[in-house]
Amino acid sequence: MLEKALHGNHRYWGWLAFLAVVVGAGAFFYLRQLDYGLGITGMSRDVTWGLYIAQFTFLVGIAASAVMVVLPYYLHDYKAFGRITILGEFLAVAAVVMCVTFIVIDLGRPERAFNVLLHPAPRSILFWDMVVLTGYLVLNLVIGWTVLENERNGKAPPAWVKPLILLSIPWAISIHTVTAFIYAGLPGRDFWLTAIMAPRFLASAFASGPALLVLLCLVLRRWGGFDAGREPLQALARIIAYALAASLFFVLMELFTAFYSGIPGHTEPFRYLYAGLDGHTRLVPWMWTSAVLAVLALVLLIVPALRRNEAWLALACLAVFASLWIEKGLGLVVTGFIPSPLGQITEYTPTGPEVAITLGVWALGFVILTALYRIALGVRKETEA
Amino acid sequence: MHSSRRDFLKLTGIALIGAAVPDALLPAGLAPAWAGAPGFRPDVRALKAARWGMVIDLAKCRPDCTDCIAACHAAHNVPAFGNPKDEIAWIRRETFGRIFPAQVHRHLEPRRQAGPVIALCNHCANPPCVRVCPTGATFRRPDGIVMMDYHRCIGCRFCIAACPYGARGMNYRDPRPFIRRIDPGFPTRTRGVVEKCNFCVERLAVGKPPACVAACPYGALTFGDLEAPDSAVRRAIAGRTVLRRKPELGTEPQVYYTL
Repeated sequence: MLEKALHGNHRYWGWLAFLAVVVGAGAFFYLRQLDYGLGITGMSRDVTWGLYIAQFTFLVGIAASAVMVVLPYYLHDYKAFGRITILGEFLAVAAVVMCVTFIVIDLGRPERAFNVLLHPAPRSILFWDMVVLTGYLVLNLVIGWTVLENERNGKAPPAWVKPLILLSIPWAISIHTVTAFIYAGLPGRDFWLTAIMAPRFLASAFASGPALLVLLCLVLRRWGGFDAGREPLQALARIIAYALAASLFFVLMELFTAFYSGIPGHTEPFRYLYAGLDGHTRLVPWMWTSAVLAVLALVLLIVPALRRNEAWLALACLAVFASLWIEKGLGLVVTGFIPSPLGQITEYTPTGPEVAITLGVWALGFVILTALYRIALGVRKETEA
Repeated sequence: MHSSRRDFLKLTGIALIGAAVPDALLPAGLAPAWAGAPGFRPDVRALKAARWGMVIDLAKCRPDCTDCIAACHAAHNVPAFGNPKDEIAWIRRETFGRIFPAQVHRHLEPRRQAGPVIALCNHCANPPCVRVCPTGATFRRPDGIVMMDYHRCIGCRFCIAACPYGARGMNYRDPRPFIRRIDPGFPTRTRGVVEKCNFCVERLAVGKPPACVAACPYGALTFGDLEAPDSAVRRAIAGRTVLRRKPELGTEPQVYYTL
């Protein structure tokens, strides 16, 4: 089936060439980073995780959200998702590859990454994150590939895939739960020290991931010669609406606990995010943009007439994706370090090379996604013909 | 020639197998060197304790003195990058208000609040940094010292996120050009690894007290075995009002401050 990725029109090759250029630029700056060290980024003594780890966290959510199409299709036999389940699974594959890449480029000594396997430390959440991410990557690759191959040969998937599919459902929940535990178990980082972190992560993931899937389906309809149909997109829209509402609700619960208790360690990070702390306001415009986009998207998704209009739906999905990217891919990680354990406020801005490397990893993910989608849609076209 | 080549291949093979076996699976005889490997004979002068700890007498610490920091950073080749973004410090001098924010109130004399307090790794009895390290590069010795293996650290900085005291620093760039004079008695670090205070394990191993303790001209620092009732540290805290940093977090800091 792999050979299908090698056939495409000019648009396909042009898009891949564009992505290759972005990957190349990222690789160039990554070599600079290897030479100089992580000091090439905006990370500092006080803010020791930045854009890379934030992207990793956001993309774990995108990967986990595949379960939102897998679960209705395989557990509830919801036929409308039959056409897009493979898209969800392959999106998860690309997202996990990006996650792992972001972790590796964030390491000070990437050549020692395998120390995590040589000297396994089961007390460390990072160890478990490696276990669940690797497992999830293998599960989605094996399931997606096997189902597709049998579809191509006009056969039903073999019996052994079904247990793997069932396993992939709780496994998807596990990857984002374990990722939340990286943050939620640290003494002295009050912003992250909240039991609702994992539910919050899952809610925002189940909104942002399906939103991306809707956008990808619309792109494929317009330029990819594949029409997912109307019903699956509407079903995804309802899922996004519920998940986004839950996500906003969870954020409001965080705000209540912080501000009604009035404990400084809990209020200060939120004040930094939405109002600024001691004159430090770098993230404030971003966070309000995120909040406004989220509310706007929720209205667009709840009002039936707007949701059913695919132009408004596309806008809503863009708003959801942008809003939650800001919240998780920008605000959540950096603010855990503000203020520092010594009460100092050090703001963080990614540097040019850091942004270029980040874009390079995203482009790498899209190369994988494009190739996998090309294969999946090629098989579809063949069987439908 | 022939036999030496065979020996070389044999050794390489053994080394490769050795590298592929996780520590947990090694027989006890091959445990890491610090645990007392076969053939390792500690120096007879080595200082030993059930639990090392330090007492810092704030009444004796002077605002115009940084001798302990200078001695520590010289002894351990700690780089001086000269900017706050890259800064690494094994001991830092801060204000009382920053180190003990819970003790600050409106009526605290400004002199007290701005007074100098030195801060270093607390060598916690329940260290979060050790818990989160994914490779065991940060570990706790039986005598309570929280130590780092700079050759195993992968630079993920999970330990920095986990430390509630800001005691750890990351080498964001090659530290060697920023070391004023390299002391060959202690290894320098490379870019990409985390580092912190080690309670001077290398000096304890040859019978010397920590460099900061030896350097303090006012006798403000006391070091010793917290488990021994008649030790210097136990005498230093006996009958005194004692503060520890953020004790409510349950990390059990082993650095005590007396007022």
